[in-house]
Formats: sequence, C-alpha cells, structure tokens
Amino acid sequence: MLYSRKSLHTPFSIIDKMYHLDFTLLFSILLLGVISIFAQFSSSGGNFDYYSKSHALRFGVFFILFLVVSFTQISFWHSSSFLLFFFLLLLLLYVKFYGIQSQGSRRWVNLFLINLQPSELMKIGIILFLSKYYHQISAGDVNKVKYLLYPVIAILAPFILVVSQPDLGTAILILLSGVVVTWLAGVRWKIFAYLSLLAIVTAPIVISFLKPYQKSRILTFLNPDSDPLGAGYQIIQSKIAIGSGGLFGKGFLNGSQAYLNFLPEKHTDFIFTLFAEEFGFLGSVAMVFLYFLITYRIIKIGNETRSIFGKLYCYGFANAFFIYVAVNMSMVLGLLPIVGAPLPILSYGGSSMLAIMFGLGIVMSCSVYKNSAVG
Amino acid sequence: MLSFNSSNIASKTRTIGRRMFLLNSIKALVLVGIFGRLATLQINEATKYRTLADKNRFRETKFAPPRGVIKDYYGVEIASNTRIYQLHVTPENTPDMDKLLFRLKNLINISTRKIASIKKKIKKKKKWETTIISDNLTWSEFSKLNLFLHELEGAVPVVSIARIYKNNASAHAIGYVSEISPRDIRNKKYLKNIDIAGIAVGKTGLESTLDEEMLGSPGFLRYEVNAFGKKIKQVSVDKGSKGETFRTTLDNEVQTFAAKLLQNVSGAACVMDIYSGDIISMVSSPSFNPNSFIHGIEQKEWNGLLNDRDKPMINKAISGLYPPGSTIKTLTALSALENDVVSPKLIVECKGYIDLHGERFNCWKKKGHGVVGMRTALKKSCDVYFYEVARRLGIDRLAATAEKFGLGQKVLQNYNEEKAGVVPNTKWKIKEIGKNWYLGETLHSGIGQGYFLTTPLQLSLMTAQIANGGFKIKPRILIDKNDQVSNLQKYLAHKNSTPGNVMSTKDRIFNFGLKPLFRNQENINLVKEAMFAATNEVGGTSYRSRYKDKKYMFAGKTGSSQIKRFTEEQREAEVKQENITYLERDHAWFIAFAPVSDPKYAISVLVEHGGSGSKAAAPLASKIIKKVLERHENRISYRNQSNENV
Repeated sequence: MLYSRKSLHTPFSIIDKMYHLDFTLLFSILLLGVISIFAQFSSSGGNFDYYSKSHALRFGVFFILFLVVSFTQISFWHSSSFLLFFFLLLLLLYVKFYGIQSQGSRRWVNLFLINLQPSELMKIGIILFLSKYYHQISAGDVNKVKYLLYPVIAILAPFILVVSQPDLGTAILILLSGVVVTWLAGVRWKIFAYLSLLAIVTAPIVISFLKPYQKSRILTFLNPDSDPLGAGYQIIQSKIAIGSGGLFGKGFLNGSQAYLNFLPEKHTDFIFTLFAEEFGFLGSVAMVFLYFLITYRIIKIGNETRSIFGKLYCYGFANAFFIYVAVNMSMVLGLLPIVGAPLPILSYGGSSMLAIMFGLGIVMSCSVYKNSAVG
Repeated sequence: MLSFNSSNIASKTRTIGRRMFLLNSIKALVLVGIFGRLATLQINEATKYRTLADKNRFRETKFAPPRGVIKDYYGVEIASNTRIYQLHVTPENTPDMDKLLFRLKNLINISTRKIASIKKKIKKKKKWETTIISDNLTWSEFSKLNLFLHELEGAVPVVSIARIYKNNASAHAIGYVSEISPRDIRNKKYLKNIDIAGIAVGKTGLESTLDEEMLGSPGFLRYEVNAFGKKIKQVSVDKGSKGETFRTTLDNEVQTFAAKLLQNVSGAACVMDIYSGDIISMVSSPSFNPNSFIHGIEQKEWNGLLNDRDKPMINKAISGLYPPGSTIKTLTALSALENDVVSPKLIVECKGYIDLHGERFNCWKKKGHGVVGMRTALKKSCDVYFYEVARRLGIDRLAATAEKFGLGQKVLQNYNEEKAGVVPNTKWKIKEIGKNWYLGETLHSGIGQGYFLTTPLQLSLMTAQIANGGFKIKPRILIDKNDQVSNLQKYLAHKNSTPGNVMSTKDRIFNFGLKPLFRNQENINLVKEAMFAATNEVGGTSYRSRYKDKKYMFAGKTGSSQIKRFTEEQREAEVKQENITYLERDHAWFIAFAPVSDPKYAISVLVEHGGSGSKAAAPLASKIIKKVLERHENRISYRNQSNENV
C-alpha cells in the first residue's frame, strides 16, 4: 500500500531520480558515442576537423538533451505526444513545399543552426503518437474499425509524405515503427493480413511512382555483380571492405577500402563497414553486441514501467531501434538493398542522432518515472 | 471504474507482453543471421576479399628493362643502349602549366608546334599522370634545366635508357625501334601482356623478329592508389630482367666500308662465308638514320624517306626483287651440263642476234661474238650462246637447278620483310598468269630476263654454293650457341689439318655427310673456271676490276637486268646506258667469289639503274672483296679464340 501510494505521487529528490537511471543503458550509449567519434575520425582519414569534430559536438549536445529529457516527467511526454506528432506532420508538409533540396530530394528544413530532417524525428513521433493512442482506448476497442482508422491514417500520412520527398528508406522505417506498435497494442493478425494484401495489390502502382534510381537499387540488390561500376559498386565495395577485415581487422585508421575512398558514404550509411574493416569479425561482433545490449535494456525498462504508454513506447522504440540497426547492417552486408538507413548514433547526421537521443531520453524518462501514472 | 481500468490494463499488458516475446524471438533470429553473415564474410571468405581489396589498393606501373643488345661477330655493339636525358611534368605538381611551358621553350629546344601537341596530351591525361616533354635532351640542355629547376615547378629531369645505333650502315640488317603503335599490339601477341605506354619496340629487321627476346621481362613499380586512381605511396619495385643479347655474323667494319662505298648509288651488297653460310655483310643503299625513329621521327624527315626515289626504307638485299640478268648464265650452263643437254664443247656462232619463229633475240654485243664455246660465252657473257643452251635445256630443268641453288625462296628466317622472288616454270606461269609458256620466254629466262626475280642475298647464296664446290649451305645471320658446326666446315677443318691428303669427291660426300647440289662436280668446276676467265682474262666482262695479287684474286660474273628493252633505233644508234633516263637504265649486277686459289667468300652487288655490271657493280664488289679478305685472318683468329664453331 505504501508502495502504491508512493507510486501515485511523482517523486522525488534528484538523488532518487539518479537512482532510477538505467546506468547500463547510459554507459552503453556513452560508449557508443565515444566509439562513433573515433569511427568518424577514421572516416575522415585520421582528421579530427572534418566529420569527427561536429559529430563529437552533436553527441555532446544531444547527450545533454538526452539527460534533460530523461529527467522530464513521463506524464509530460505523454501529454505532449499528439501535439508533437502533429507538429512533425506540419513540418513534413512544410518540407514538402519549402524544404531544402539536395541531390534530387527535398528532406530538410532550415533551422539556421542546423538543417533538420523532420522525417528522422517522425520515426519517434509515430511511436509516441500510437503509444498514447493505444494507452487511451480500451482493450476491447482496439480491433474496431472506427479505432483502426486513426492509426492507419497516422501511419500512412507521414509515410506518403516521406516517400514523396523522396526518401524510401526513412519512409519504410516510419511505416515499420508504426506497424510494430499497432501490432503490440493487440490489433488482430487478420487485419494485418488484409492490409498486407492490399499493399501487395497496390505495390505495382507504387513502384511506377518510384524514381529510376530507386528502381535500380532494388534491381541491383537482386544482382549486384550485373553492374559492378554502377549501382552495384557500393554493395561490392562494402562486402570487400568487411570481408578483407578478417578476424582481427586491419587496425584503427588502416582500413584501405575506407582510407583510399573505395567505400562510398563511409561516414553515414556505411560507417559499420569501416568499423568492420578496421576491427574485424571480433570488433563487429562486439559492436552488434553493444547494440543488442542497448535494445535489451530498453526492453527491460519497458518490462518494468507500469503504464501502457510507457510499455508501448519502450517496446516500440526498442523494436524500431533494432530495426534501424538490423536494416543498416543487413544493407552493408549485402543482405538487403541499399535503402539509405543510418546506423543509430554511429552514423554522421544531426537529425538521426537527435531523433535517437530524444527517443532514448524518453525511454530513460520511463525508467526514472517508471512508477508514475500517466494521463 | 478502477476495476475496469485495472483489468483493462492487465489484459493490454498481457497482449503486449505476449507479442513482444514473439518479436524478441524474431530479433534473436535476425541477430543470428547477422552474426552468420559476418562470420561468412570475415572468416570463411576473408582471403578472397583481402585479395579483392588488394586489387583495389594496388596499381602497377610497368617499365621496360634495358633492351637486349645486338653485336657484330667481334662483339662490337651495333645496336646498343645509351643514357638519355628526359624532362617529365606532372600537372598536379605544376601551379601554372602555361608559364612552365613558356619558360621551358626559352631554355630548351622545343618548337611551338610541339608545345601545342604537349598541351593536348596533358589535357587528355589525369592530373597526376606524367607527360614526357622532351625525350632526348642534350647534356647541355639537361644541365641548364637542372640549374634553373627552382623556377620550373612541376618539371622533373629524368635520366633513362634508350636504344642507340652505331651507324646507318646496318640500319636495314638490324632494323630500328620506335614507339609502340596500336598495330603492333594487334599483330604481336607478346606485346599485349607488356602494356607499357610508349615503350620502344622493333619495327623492322632483327629488331622486329627478335623483339620479344630483346624486350626482356618488364619490371614494375607498385603503388597504393585511392578509388580515383591517384598514387598514394610506392609499395614495391621489381626491376624486371634485361633483354637477351644477340651476336650476329656481320662484320661491322665491312658493313661500314660497304655502306660508304655504296653511299652514292642505290643498291645492295651481300658477302657470305661459302662454307658456314655466315653473312659477313649485308647492306642496302641509300640508308637511313635508325636513331631518328627512337624518339619519334619528325614528319618532314619521314616524308623525305617515304618520297625518296631510291626508297631508303627498303632492305634491297632481301626485299629488293630484280631479274638476275647474266649472272644466271652460270646456272644455265650448269643446268645444261648436269642434264647432259649440251656438252661443254658446244660451239655456237654469235652474229649479234638469232631469229626464232619470226622473233629476233639480240645479243648485248651488236656486232656479235663470232664462234664461241661455253667458257668464252660465260667469260664474255654472250647472250646468243645462252639462248641456244636455254632453248635446248627448257625452262623446267633450268628452274629446278635455280631452285636447288636457293633462288625463288626465302634464304633466312630472320626477317619479316624478306621476299622469295620468282623462279618461273611452265606450271608457275599457268598458275600465276594463266597462260601457256612460250619458247621465247625460255630464251629470255636463260639470260636472266623475263619473269625471273631474285634478291641480292639469293645471288650471293647461289655464288657461294658454286664457289664451295657445289655443296648446300644454310645461310645465317645470328650466332646461336647451340648451332651445330656444319658438315662442310668439318670437312674444311679436316682438309686444312691434313694438307696434301686429297680425298675423292665421293669419299668427301660420304665421310662428311655433305649435301651435293651436283651430279658431276666437274660441271661446277667448269663454271668456276669460266668465272675466273671472266675476271682475269683479257676480254672478260670484269677484267678491269681484277686483282693481280693472288691474295685478292677473285672470279666473278657480271649481269644487267633490263628495265626497258631498247628499240631497234636505239640499238642501231648504239645508245649508251648513261645517256638514257636514270629510271630506264638497267640494274647492274656483279657476283663473285674469292680468293680464286682457295675460295672463302662469295659476294653479290646490285646497283639499281647502274647501267652495266662491269662498269657499275664490279668495281664496288672488287673493293669490298679486298676489304673482306683483309679481315679474314682477323675473323679466323677471333673464331678460334672465342672457340666458336670449331
């Protein structure tokens, strides 16, 4: 009873809050951050000024943001979920018309200090929105058509906006993040089956709207050797880099594939390739393990948090985080087409880092306020 | 409300937990998949990918090792290598290319046109690729450049190695090298693997046929390069192996002498050892400067060579085809004797012409030679006599003898440009011309006109095989350490070591396995005797070029191959060859062997449009014979010293 009463009141002294921090997660994130700075240092050929400096700066700033979010009451994030989602949706709409264009796609909004990519933040936004939505409705309503309509619209709206930027990779990640939360909330298998069927039927229409480079990426994935100097180049060079790393790797700053520029996009999507080349199989396994540990800790917080919002959010985020990692690694290992999905924290990119650190912050907030009631 | 709420929460939590468990199982599977893939790439296939990464990483720049040298018989380098001074530029190291080129133009000798072509070349290449500005700087230019190097940012003086030829005398025999062309790569398989930009390859002569051996195996510099091909650092060097060196049978001194002798005429001269078949000398005139090609010949010089009336680029000794003229009379006589068609005592009256089936066949001497026998006919080169011999002999038997003595086929295997010539017979005419043979053509062939085409080298071989007593020899220009001493040389060595021991011809052939070209050696001796008379007896065609000194005394036969038959008016007016258009004058031939007492060398000299053999060719041949015989002792002692062929 004492416990339950205590739980109904928001805590506590700063010491109590600190006590509820998940330090394993915290230090895992810090470790990953430090590794990422070294990886960026290597990606610039051993030059700190190029990518690693701004990467380090961002990690520093966003780590502070992470702590601030962690110590902000979970009920605040719960109550501002819808608002945040709609704000991000508006930003996506804004980007659609006024966004900054680069390399044929319109993804960024100019915030003077940084160019923000709202689609990255939407990956978190959709989880927050759906977690709150399913927190609110009763278990019996989950499979009613009326209650299904909102999640479908909430997922499809950002998905379509992001696809049209065009940014297939991020759009798929938003879609998957949303679908996973919906499914966790208890939506029946059958409904997913129907929707998938619908998706398959409409797929040819969607494909006809794909840009030629997106089509070629899918074709290239199916047979990378068909065009070794064109679209297949990235996959081939990435496999060469990873494979040539061997068991122990070529050593820090000694990755010839990366250092001699054979590796494309080595500071963003292919950062894991660079790492795998320099640190070999053992390093790669350790890196995968670190990501696995982070995922595991997020799930553990989800297990311990008492609110449905918190559980759905933590599980949803853990799954999304795992998907980001799995998609990125499968991509560079030649198991999936090159879709343009960054590796959380390790890849260079402000918006991605902001989204991940913000998302992790809310997870940590769930840990700190795990006994607090929401809504 | 609270109970509803708590049951609601509990049911939701159960669903979420159950479904999360399923998702976690999938995660575990994905994780296993990623680990598996990592293990495959980084452990199972690591070697394969390491090889691929190295292939990405390294670029090799091949470079040519020093080209093999060609020496003469005495080891004198006819085609050797020399240090050259080059100037290279690399655009990425040059802040201002135009300024640099302008500055260079004032320092070294480069034309404005060359500058323009260099600029074009640089534009086509990547900015880190080196371009050769000048391939062959003089030492003074080179040292001047080094002095001003601080003002010439991006220019690098380089010392390299290139071909150099001692003189023009052997330009045809040796050939020349020049920058590799797409055609070379297409035609020569071994060049495909060598792949060195701008490497000098053999174009003609021995340089061309021995190219592969003389190139050696290329060395390489291995660089680490980035994805854009830019060199990052040098990793290793392989010096390659030097090309093979070749020794020829040529005597550079005789070559130089003969070339100088022939410098004012268009023609060729060949000297052959009559026992070993060694080609002592083979020159063609006019010659060209083979050094001009090494660094790229100037267009003007090239056009000059191509348009020259006397065709300096053609090796007339093996590629020049000329009717043998009266020199063939030696074989006509021999063939008739061997075939028992005529007796050596055959006598014919020469009235200056004979008429056959309404066609008139003239003798070169309008007044006629009167009554002549075979010896006199050869000595004075009476056409009418040989018309009669040929008429009785028939073309096919003459052709068989001519072929036996090496006419109508390639003599050496060492030259791509060598021509076979023509020994006509009845079958040949039907096949090549599609017409039947006429008797009149037999008469023309009997004095070496008509369809007959020979090279100077073929005639020197013919002469050598008459001079050595009628034995087959295999001519050679290259000395191969594995070459067997010829049977004829073994016999010769035996004869020299046991003077006075005279062996019968039959025994000689049997004991030494010689290959006789005769049925009765007396016939050969008769021809040799007649050739002696032609040079050393009053009234002989080459009497004026004779040596009285036994040491140099030679026996020879003149010849002239008709370009354009004289009209009856010209014949009546006794027009001299010197007075007609150069290009209509006869080619002049002289073949000989020396010394008469113990023949050692055979020679053939051709002077294009020289008029008559006795006036144009014989005096030149005479001088060369003397030179060769003067060098004979030298050659023998060198041969014994180097222990070669004995």
